[in-house]
Amino acid sequence: MWKTFVAWFHRMGSPKWFYEITGRWIPWFAAAAVLLITVGTTWGLAFAPADYQQGNSFRIIYIHVPAAILAQSIFFAMAIAGGIGLIWKMKVADMVAKSCAPIGATMTFIALFTGAVWGKPTWGAWWVWDARLTSMLILLFLYFGVIALQSAFDSKQSAARASAILSLVGVVNIPIIKYSVDWWNTLHQPATFKLTEKPAMPPEMWMPLLVMVIGFYCFFAVVLMMRTRNEILEREKRTQWVQGLLSEKG
Amino acid sequence: MANDANPQLAHEKQRVVRREDGVRTSSWRAFTGTLKRDLLLVFRRRSDIVNPLLFFTIAVTLFPLGISPESDFLAQIAAGVLWVAALLATLLSLDSLFQQDMADGSLEQLVISPHPLAVMVLSKVLVHWLVTGLPLTLLAPLLGVMMFLPDDGFGILFLSLLLGTPTLSLVGAIGAALTVGLRRTGVLMTLLILPLYIPVLIFGTGSVIAAVNGMAVAGHLAIMGAMFMTALVLAPLAAGAALRISLNG
Repeated sequence: MWKTFVAWFHRMGSPKWFYEITGRWIPWFAAAAVLLITVGTTWGLAFAPADYQQGNSFRIIYIHVPAAILAQSIFFAMAIAGGIGLIWKMKVADMVAKSCAPIGATMTFIALFTGAVWGKPTWGAWWVWDARLTSMLILLFLYFGVIALQSAFDSKQSAARASAILSLVGVVNIPIIKYSVDWWNTLHQPATFKLTEKPAMPPEMWMPLLVMVIGFYCFFAVVLMMRTRNEILEREKRTQWVQGLLSEKG
Repeated sequence: MANDANPQLAHEKQRVVRREDGVRTSSWRAFTGTLKRDLLLVFRRRSDIVNPLLFFTIAVTLFPLGISPESDFLAQIAAGVLWVAALLATLLSLDSLFQQDMADGSLEQLVISPHPLAVMVLSKVLVHWLVTGLPLTLLAPLLGVMMFLPDDGFGILFLSLLLGTPTLSLVGAIGAALTVGLRRTGVLMTLLILPLYIPVLIFGTGSVIAAVNGMAVAGHLAIMGAMFMTALVLAPLAAGAALRISLNG
């Protein structure tokens, strides 16, 4: 078991092997993503019961919550990939980490945007200095920092290592930021914007949400693999196998 | 050697590295050596000490001019303004941490020396704090008077800056190390470092506000101490690794 894992891990380090295996995986993940997101959206938007307090406006959570979960998971994925790249000097890990950043930033933006759209009818304001909103905003800044650092270096290797360090530092900081923002919020938050305690969601409401979350993860996997493959082709364009691939496609 | 008989140096014995030419060195000596050299360099370019303080003063002055000079209003925002201005002054002074050494090549000498890079980074950060964080902390109460900070806030303002500015210097060293090899560093470093400064700002300002309102502050100071300790242990390692990358790129 361990040996197969190690062998798999080493083979993952080869850009060519990664390119080939993900080429076979992408259709499956893409099909799963389309299916799950279609089912989840239809179920959530059309069939789930309306909230007794918020009416239909609560339905935005079927986009908002998966995006917010992804935004945080992607940062961790980016830091883990960056750490693997730093420790084992694995080129593919560097490329995966680089591909994570824009997707994560987009997910964070979607979460913030849908939150603002939901906040207008619910809280009566587009933006509220709520603890969760604020920590998501800071997460977005962290993503921008990683992307900016990526593009600041001329050498791709240095860019990858520098942003790996920054994302590892960011991972140590995310819990600290989250707790300090929570604490700050309890001190400053005016009571008018306090969210009324929601009852635990009935299954008809959280089942579509679960489907959406899994669908979003599949979508992330597809986009991540596509971006990484693109990155591989660009960096390995001088190698024989990429040249062969290009002449094959005409 | 006469030093061998000295009991004070006995603990150094195991970690002593004997160079090929027979000169004895150790991590502690590397630390003090860097410290002395950097302090001497700062002493010879004294404007590096004064500039962040001037920035701090001017930035604080802008708030009464830009918002309102009323004492009641200024008293409310004093803690936040002083902390934000101190934070920005630290941030803008971070350039001096490694830039000069990068330009004259001494940074490469530090990196190829046999001692842990983190030790020497820590020594550089200590110098940075001594010439920016500490003066800012000493100046802050004076500006507090100009901002009508209530009397109960002064002690905690001083204490919170004393605990918080070393954290700012340590975390800032990571950003300075990541960007030292690049051509245009200023804005990029700000972008990298400011999000990481937010927790220090929250607890720094929070402690002063709590003190002004007559609430307990020990918890805030304890958390700031914990953040300082975490940064003290981890930041030099991260900054050291970042320096190696910057020198290769």
